[in-house]
Amino acid sequence: MTTTTETTRSAVHRAILPIPITTARALIIIGGALTAASAFLSWTWTSAFPGDLTVDGYPGGLQWLTFAAGVLTAVFGLAGHGIRGLRRLNPAGSSSAELLLAVGGLAVTWFTLGAISVELGGLVNLTVGGWIAGIAALVPVAGALGLPIEGEPGSATSRGSALWRHIKNHPSIKPTRPLPAYAEILIIAAVLAVGLGLFTYGIDTGYGELFVGFLITVVFGAWALYSAGLTDQLSAITARHRSVTAIGAFAAAAAFPFTQSSDQYTSIGVNVLIFATVALGLNIVVGLAGLLDLGYVAFLGVGAYTAALVSGAATSSLHIVFPWWAAALTGAVASMVFGLLIGAPTLRLRGDYLAIVTLGFGEIFRIAVSNFDGVTGPNVTGGPNGIPNIPDISVFGIDLGKSHSLGGFTLGRFSNYFLLMLLFTAIVVLVFTRASDSRIGRAWIAIREDETAALAMGINGFRFKLLAFALGAGLAGLAGMVQAHMAFSVVPDPYQFAGSVPPNSAFLLAAVVLGGMGTVSGPLVGAALLYLIPAKLQFLNDYQLLAFGVALILLMRFRPEGLIASRRRQLEFHEAEQPILQTTEEAGLTKAKA
Amino acid sequence: MTTTLTENSTAPEPAASTTLLEAKGVIMRFGGLTAVRNVDLTVGSGEIVGLIGPNGAGKTTFFNCLTGLYVPTEGQVTYKGTVLPPKPYKVTQAGISRTFQNIRLFSNMTVLENVLVGRHTRTKEGLISALLRGPGYRRAEAEARTRAMEILDFVGLAAKADRLSRNLPYGEQRKLEIARALAGDPGVLLLDEPTAGMNPQETRATQELVFAIRDQGIAVLVIEHDMRFIFSLCDRVACLVQGEKLVEGTPAVVQSDERVISAYLGTPYDGAPGSEEVAEVQAAEAAADGATSEEEDR
Repeated sequence: MTTTTETTRSAVHRAILPIPITTARALIIIGGALTAASAFLSWTWTSAFPGDLTVDGYPGGLQWLTFAAGVLTAVFGLAGHGIRGLRRLNPAGSSSAELLLAVGGLAVTWFTLGAISVELGGLVNLTVGGWIAGIAALVPVAGALGLPIEGEPGSATSRGSALWRHIKNHPSIKPTRPLPAYAEILIIAAVLAVGLGLFTYGIDTGYGELFVGFLITVVFGAWALYSAGLTDQLSAITARHRSVTAIGAFAAAAAFPFTQSSDQYTSIGVNVLIFATVALGLNIVVGLAGLLDLGYVAFLGVGAYTAALVSGAATSSLHIVFPWWAAALTGAVASMVFGLLIGAPTLRLRGDYLAIVTLGFGEIFRIAVSNFDGVTGPNVTGGPNGIPNIPDISVFGIDLGKSHSLGGFTLGRFSNYFLLMLLFTAIVVLVFTRASDSRIGRAWIAIREDETAALAMGINGFRFKLLAFALGAGLAGLAGMVQAHMAFSVVPDPYQFAGSVPPNSAFLLAAVVLGGMGTVSGPLVGAALLYLIPAKLQFLNDYQLLAFGVALILLMRFRPEGLIASRRRQLEFHEAEQPILQTTEEAGLTKAKA
Repeated sequence: MTTTLTENSTAPEPAASTTLLEAKGVIMRFGGLTAVRNVDLTVGSGEIVGLIGPNGAGKTTFFNCLTGLYVPTEGQVTYKGTVLPPKPYKVTQAGISRTFQNIRLFSNMTVLENVLVGRHTRTKEGLISALLRGPGYRRAEAEARTRAMEILDFVGLAAKADRLSRNLPYGEQRKLEIARALAGDPGVLLLDEPTAGMNPQETRATQELVFAIRDQGIAVLVIEHDMRFIFSLCDRVACLVQGEKLVEGTPAVVQSDERVISAYLGTPYDGAPGSEEVAEVQAAEAAADGATSEEEDR
């Protein structure tokens, strides 16, 4: 599509396809509507493909995703056309948003058609409706390619193709006047509700094809919203209402078990939450203090083993039973002590040396607990069999092992643990935010930036590094307590450096880097993705790690600051691409954030 | 114990000043190489003392001995009569702040945050109070911010408090380093080549800034290669050549000293430093720097 004459043409028209702009817009709107409508047709003959795509007049399974993408494309097309009230949808006025939505619709539709053809054996399995959908999805893409590309004319042509400019597009929006407070809070609530809905939909997907389709739609949708400048506006709004956002986010997370009718998916939910919380603890060590810890999962293990030992399990070598809060505290304190013991000798090292030594200590923990079995060492941890049959805990008289009904909803065992874990997540989030924005947090960041200069500023480097290490370890220990009780048993195997199932040290670090170092929401999002994708895509099996590696490489190439960037890192990596704001504007923005 | 910026003290007569910082017989050896040989130096209150010398003379090594980055092999450094502990953060705590020859700001922190880090030793809030956020914590944090803004105002960077420090122009980065050092409420400020790479206007502005700092009652020890800057700024100048203090005195005395001139211009005389020796000293300093900051480039 892009030809060698592109350079000369782009100077005049600056679009990839040479069609008039009005025609292009019409193509987007009509094509989007057609794509959405085609979801109502039947796409295949038999119900052998999951989701039953054989019904005319009602979308099913993956067709819903095509429908959603089509509707969004049409709506953004209308917004681009300048319909009153829809303008706010695309504050950056970016044609990339329309292109991304159209491509997203095309991708999810063609993925569905491809999956039908491959799984059922040939294109013959597609009905006329399927062919119509496939062609209809092409129309808005063609339209979007006919729109002019924003960016300085000629500046990017030397560096890459026009398509590349769409990919590299960073939205530039002028700071808008704040809406009334109630409207902004309503927007936050709506976004959180949509977020909860998306998370629930993703976690509830019953088959791999639907999850892949869901991922495609969400990735392109989120990218389009970013291009449109909506995510920037949203972060400005949430920055103005930080406590509302935080409380709302936890309310939305607490609502998750109530959306589930069985415990089938809440077990995934609680595992995601444990993984995310531990990743956030690691973010203190890696993201704030800049200490590369490759053995962090050992602290989760210490917390879990400690909680198991004081749980009153028959196989525990200590025959004592602690109440839940005491067990959690014991787990945290034991982890913290372990962190101090490991940190005191290792934190005198810097950089790569520290990484290697922590990696070693992480493995030492796992091998040591496998050997404390009464044969090769004292009988403390039950060796490779671990400590099985850990009893459920009761919190304020509520037995977490049993189902409870609350206001017409039944909360199963995993739902109970989900809510308990959410409490610990809230504690960790609070600790992280308050510590990072304080004298202590500034000292950590200073050490990360330049340790020699930090020392010269009067910061006791070793002490503060040890503090970060111990605090991170203690927070992981908290999560370990829930993990031990939720999983019924603790065994040494999961607490290794790299494995197929998160959390392990490599995945924890990946969650932090992928999500965004130094932020609260980054590791939470990263951990959710890293847990859900392997859990949902079991058909990938052998290629799982390969896909994971490719995804990480792509991310590091295009968004090295992580999915959710702190303001600081955003500036660090994309300084050249962003105009420096006027001082007054910037002061205003930061004041709003504070 | 330390003087503050807001306190207005008139510059006292150098003769009447009390000794603040005193180095006695400082020797620094790296293996077989002696980078600093038996150097004595005093800085009195209200004084601006200059330290000059050709490249590789051991000026920065001597600085590092004063600030605890290096532990002198022999000799001792006292501040207000007490021997300084051999840890940089304790030296800063005692009241000696410094800047670096090659700018070492916390580049991904804002200008204000940089100064707040410099304020570290004068605030006490620990982790627990940061987590609980009681009224005492809020008050201390607000005070630290007010003070930091005062200092930024003093050096003329208040308008850029929320910029990332890496985005500041070079001259302002130098100023910010001084502001960060001032935030520790020092009694003595050590400046390591504060005008390196500056144009004449910026150099003059820096000179004014140093005078203003002196007028706040803070003694200044400055390393510099710009002779016009140093001779118009300092009350006393010491010249270091090949690790040894060659001469010390008023700018006029040092300026007209033949040995200083020959050390800079290379007129041969008995015992002049050869180029191999200079290179040796530099290599040793670089090696020592590398040992203390191995992963800076990471």
